[in-house]
Amino acid sequence: MNRPVALILAIIAAAVVSTFSGSMNAYHVQVLTFIGINIILGVSLNLINGHTGQFSLGHAGFMAVGGYMAAYLTTNIAPPFGGGWVGQAAVFLGSLLVGGLAAAVAGLIVGVPSLRLKGDYLAIITLGFGEIIRVLIQNTDAVGGPRGLTGIPGYTNLFWTFLFAALTIYVISSLVDSTYGRGFLTVRDDEIAADAMGINTTRYKVVAFVLGAFFAGIAGGLYAHSTRYLTPEGFTFQKTVEIVIVVILGGMGHNAGVTFAAVLVTLLLEALRGAGDFTWMPQFVRDLIKNRTLIFSMVLIALMLLRPQGLFGGMKLGKRQAA
Amino acid sequence: MEFLQQMINGLSLGAFYALIALGYTMVYGVLRFINFAHGDIFMIGAYCGYYLSDRILRLFGEKLAILGVVGVLLTTMAICALLGVVIERLAYRPLRSRPKLAVLITAIGVSLFLEYGGQYVFGAVPQAFPELIPDRQVADLGGLSISTNQVLVFVVTGILLVALNFIVKRTKMGLAMRAVSMNATAAQLMGVNIDTVISFTFALGSALAGAAGILYSVSYPSIDPLMGVIPGIKAFVAAVLGGIGHLPGAAVGGLVIGVVESFVAASSLSNYKEGIAFAILIVILLLRPAGIFGKATIEKV
Repeated sequence: MNRPVALILAIIAAAVVSTFSGSMNAYHVQVLTFIGINIILGVSLNLINGHTGQFSLGHAGFMAVGGYMAAYLTTNIAPPFGGGWVGQAAVFLGSLLVGGLAAAVAGLIVGVPSLRLKGDYLAIITLGFGEIIRVLIQNTDAVGGPRGLTGIPGYTNLFWTFLFAALTIYVISSLVDSTYGRGFLTVRDDEIAADAMGINTTRYKVVAFVLGAFFAGIAGGLYAHSTRYLTPEGFTFQKTVEIVIVVILGGMGHNAGVTFAAVLVTLLLEALRGAGDFTWMPQFVRDLIKNRTLIFSMVLIALMLLRPQGLFGGMKLGKRQAA
Repeated sequence: MEFLQQMINGLSLGAFYALIALGYTMVYGVLRFINFAHGDIFMIGAYCGYYLSDRILRLFGEKLAILGVVGVLLTTMAICALLGVVIERLAYRPLRSRPKLAVLITAIGVSLFLEYGGQYVFGAVPQAFPELIPDRQVADLGGLSISTNQVLVFVVTGILLVALNFIVKRTKMGLAMRAVSMNATAAQLMGVNIDTVISFTFALGSALAGAAGILYSVSYPSIDPLMGVIPGIKAFVAAVLGGIGHLPGAAVGGLVIGVVESFVAASSLSNYKEGIAFAILIVILLLRPAGIFGKATIEKV
């Protein structure tokens, strides 16, 4: 199936499911929304960490920038055209895009200096920038500072979520598969050789970073209008680790795998949330399961020792995957 | 006077960063990788002190309290050293021939494992660290105050730095460490057992981090399983500032970070105190990525 057709089908499917979402359990809708958001986050981080091979740990920071920006706009701008769905959609879409652009600008500011570094250094410096973004938000009174931002209108629905999830997958896979996009892979595979072949490696890294940050910002906007409440504590290093797990589990540089891993991890997180009710388990096992990050850390170590290419790394789905 | 006071506070803060930074820099020297979990060893050190100090201090009694403090420090250092060796053996050694990214991700995993495993075992609620020596002012020179705890920090840090210098410069193992960090393959050909050297380096670095954990908790007596994250990152900044792989550099870098931070905390920018270390990191990496003492190296193809 060719890619534009798949995109259109996905959008139609999102619209159809969304019209029926009124009769669905609100909790299930919420979980589905989180799945969509995590797909966007995972696939966009995959462009930076997987395809381009630049290990970034700042994704939650970009998500925060986009989320706060979009939420600030929608809480302060009343929908035009009498507040009907057209007006709401216009405000929402506009705010999401502005949020995405703000995150992209943050990505540019972070990326230009830090992408001169490699490997461990890059990981730590992006982690540092992610924390700086959080400290800045915490000290910004216009968005509630440490108290958080409340009263965000609940514009996010399944249609918007999966529209953007489909667009993210479409844009990033098409980009990586294009002639231009091969540059990302060469930067990852052998930077020195790529440089020698006349590829502007710095430029590719920055493009990957900015584009990844843009989509993370969109995901942040969707998240903000779904939970209707933002706090700086929601964008800590743990959130980044969640996204990194999705990417590693799915296989770095493998979009289909990462998409599937996003679904898997989101469902797993929700399942673990209910662990307190599993009365048939001994108490200490329940406590262990409730500690999600502990489970994640063990998954991370086990994956690296046993299957570093991820669950789906090396597998091919449908059309030839960009290797 | 205010200036001198902030200087003293900054130096005692910097002493912890220096002790942790030495571990980062030593491991980087022999393995060329940043041990993300190092800051969490510091946390484990604090908890060792929390559980051990009452028992050990009682063992020595009032009169020999100072021996008790030494006992707590040595036991903690031994436990942390062992932990460091075990982590290297189980998590890092199997990945030694793999891409560096795999080791980095594993290190992040180990770090989270210690933090949240710590939450599971010790509980997430902060605990009050017991008093090792009675905290009082030793000197009061016209507004300048130095506490017993600060003296303890300076004395212990000084002794540890001298001991470390002796080990690295004067012993056979130290010679082997320096050889491996210069050129691991050549060292191996000369008969150096790389595995032993790496284990020893982890033990040494982790012991220092454990000691730092105790000293830190004595000065800031509230400990929790996530306490190692921020000091860990700041110590890493210190290691980079001094030039990673360079031992005196790490010590100086730690002191510099401590002093800068304590001046920022006293200024009107105190809300941004936590961000200052990162700002320093970014500036160094842009202006002088090799650090103050490091030599710039050229990547060979």
